[in-house]
Amino acid sequence: MYQPIVFDTAGYRLPENQRKPIRWAIYIGYLALTAGIFHGLAQALSYANIDILAYFPALKSYYQGLTAHGVANALIFTFSFSNGFLPLMTARALSQKLVSWMLWTSFVLLALGNVLVIYAVATNQASVLYTSYAPLQAHWTYYFGLVLVVVSTWLALANMLVIWNRWRKENPGERVPLLAHISVISYVMWGLASLPIAVLFLGFLIPWSIGWLPKMDPLLGRTLFWFTGHAIVYAWLLPAYVSWYALIPRQVEGKMVSDSLTRFVFVLFLLLSIPTGFHHQYTDPGISTTMKAIHAVLTFGVFFPSLATAFSVMASLEMGGRRRGGSGLLGWIRKLPWGDPSVVAQLLAMITFVFGGITGLINASFTMNQVVHNTTWIPGHFHMTVGSAVALTLMGVAYWMIPYLTGRGLVGKGWAVASSWLYTVGVLIFARGMISAGLEGMPRRIYRAQATYTREAWDLGGALTGIGGTLMFIGILVFFIVIAWTVVAGRKGEGPSDIPWSETLRPPAKTGWEPRLDRLVFWSVVAVVLVVIAYGPFFATYLPPNFVSPGFTVW
Amino acid sequence: MNIETYEKAFLSLGGVLLVACLVALAYASIAMGIHLPGRAGEVDPLTMRAQAPFDNPGVRETSPGQYEAVVIGQLWAFVPAEIRVPAGAEVTFVATSNDVLHGLHVEGTRINMMLVPGQISRNTYTFKEPGEHLIICHEYCGVGHHTMYGKVIVE
Ligand code: HEM
Ligand SMILES: [Cu+2]
Ligand SMILES: [Cu+2]
Repeated sequence: MYQPIVFDTAGYRLPENQRKPIRWAIYIGYLALTAGIFHGLAQALSYANIDILAYFPALKSYYQGLTAHGVANALIFTFSFSNGFLPLMTARALSQKLVSWMLWTSFVLLALGNVLVIYAVATNQASVLYTSYAPLQAHWTYYFGLVLVVVSTWLALANMLVIWNRWRKENPGERVPLLAHISVISYVMWGLASLPIAVLFLGFLIPWSIGWLPKMDPLLGRTLFWFTGHAIVYAWLLPAYVSWYALIPRQVEGKMVSDSLTRFVFVLFLLLSIPTGFHHQYTDPGISTTMKAIHAVLTFGVFFPSLATAFSVMASLEMGGRRRGGSGLLGWIRKLPWGDPSVVAQLLAMITFVFGGITGLINASFTMNQVVHNTTWIPGHFHMTVGSAVALTLMGVAYWMIPYLTGRGLVGKGWAVASSWLYTVGVLIFARGMISAGLEGMPRRIYRAQATYTREAWDLGGALTGIGGTLMFIGILVFFIVIAWTVVAGRKGEGPSDIPWSETLRPPAKTGWEPRLDRLVFWSVVAVVLVVIAYGPFFATYLPPNFVSPGFTVW
Repeated sequence: MNIETYEKAFLSLGGVLLVACLVALAYASIAMGIHLPGRAGEVDPLTMRAQAPFDNPGVRETSPGQYEAVVIGQLWAFVPAEIRVPAGAEVTFVATSNDVLHGLHVEGTRINMMLVPGQISRNTYTFKEPGEHLIICHEYCGVGHHTMYGKVIVE
């Protein structure tokens, strides 16, 4: 007896006035992705010692462009997508209308935040890179714009919680549909994780940038940033996992393996994503090595739910491949729908993520971290996580979701398939280059084409970075053209009428421990307790803040 | 075999692998003595040039074969820009920043630390072979970031 992961299998559509802000939020995301890769190309070529910055007359420096790349691709792209995608999944799963004013306010804040950030970055008043490390001091509009983006995510979360509660009241004793559970948990995790960065921006950086707070504590700033900063990578990743777990099985004609395991995995992410931030500060002074070791162990812990994900997703794929006539140990792989642009993007995303995960474990090993910290190894690593596991998945989702939201059929299917291959081949070459040169000590965040020092050992890796980066750039451009063309000229009435929701092999249990997985408040409290254990000793021994730094605008 | 058996086997194997990695990590840090920088004191960046040890940046021998290199990172240079030690020297780097964040990576070694205004960074490494290592500032520190470097020369 298969169990659908949505409440109503006959279909449910949000009214058009709610689909519109969702669509627009998602458009902002894909626009940000595309805008960000132009300087991405310049960065990759700079590492190959080819300087094309002269073709960006609007830019005052490499670092202004790098700020734009990081903010647009890592922050705006991902959260704009999630702000649309997760509420949409929750509403569809529960057959509940969203709260219109929250939806629209969330969208308006997202747009307004973007305007402020673009203003600050474009006028070269915020070349601080997306990490915003004090005592580099940006114009207040930059910090305030990012705060508005975060508030827009809170509103998206609140919206989902409202309809979650409404559904539970209307359906006492029922298990929440799986798709709603994992979508909501993803943003509950982010809601908790975003509090430290809110404290950083509202409590310190904004007052400091407008002169109310004369000096800032740089170490406290870094710590608050990474307190949110590791969990933020899971906030980027979990929406991709939602697609892999809950939608991909249907797209390949398979089933989801286990209802409980899937819920359990997302609960583990809620618990373990946040208390791991010191793994970004292994080489920082002022933080005891004991605390760093504790975070290292927890970081290895948060690898576990990803292992479970690898198993479950692969099993669903195998079921689908066999159903489609695949046989033998690996014959099912060939039978997967490799011609479906949405599927192919996500299969390739999963493959690159294997390398992203392995390099991530190496980063987490603090002894090895001293070899790779802040070398190009790091961007090599994360272009295979957020830069492809997430980016390619969100592109793959676009290939069905844009037609679903606009009602227009996808145009240029062949081009769409090609875009993912181009990007994947590109990112693998790119990462090979960055990783090998990083092991030779090539630093990240460097305008290499104009650097006053170099090493011959970096030349091969740098060249591969340039070649791979160029292919990645072409891949995303093709993606953008396909999507833009679809939005403008796709044939009306050819979009899918429902999302590709899957079924699980067995219905969720109504008794025993499993229903407890749906208790949001309980798990949030446990998450907070873990965070207090992991960060409490640091703050207890470190505070009060060591306010020593005035602001610097040295760009 | 049904899928749950495979699943348990896969997850157990994964769990064992993660634990093995942690054991290797513990071995490397305890038995092999590979340490991270930790808490090494605070300093006020505005007055530090008048206080030991940052009133006198440079390298000196503290006991036979053991050296202390006091380094300041500032926009956009290391002070001193060059550190000379004999092969076999065990060098303890004591460093901080005068202004914004900087990095201090002695390329080819595991001296890799952040320089944070207000905090003292400290780590030790033995340079066994003669040769030259770049000291790279690997944290963004403004428009001159790609011009900020120094050298360790092992004689
Ligand atoms: C055409 C595609 C892309 C190219 C050629 C590219 C290239 C690069 C390069 C060379 C760097 C290192 C720059 C440096 O350290 O100086 C970089 C940094 C970065 N990239 Fe990309 N990238 C691309 C797409 C993406 C995507 C899709 C994402 C995320 C969704 C992403 C996220 C980032 C982030 C977060 C950084 C770090 C920025 C920083 O250090 O402040 N990139 N990229
Ligand atoms: Cu992390
Ligand atoms: Cu620098």
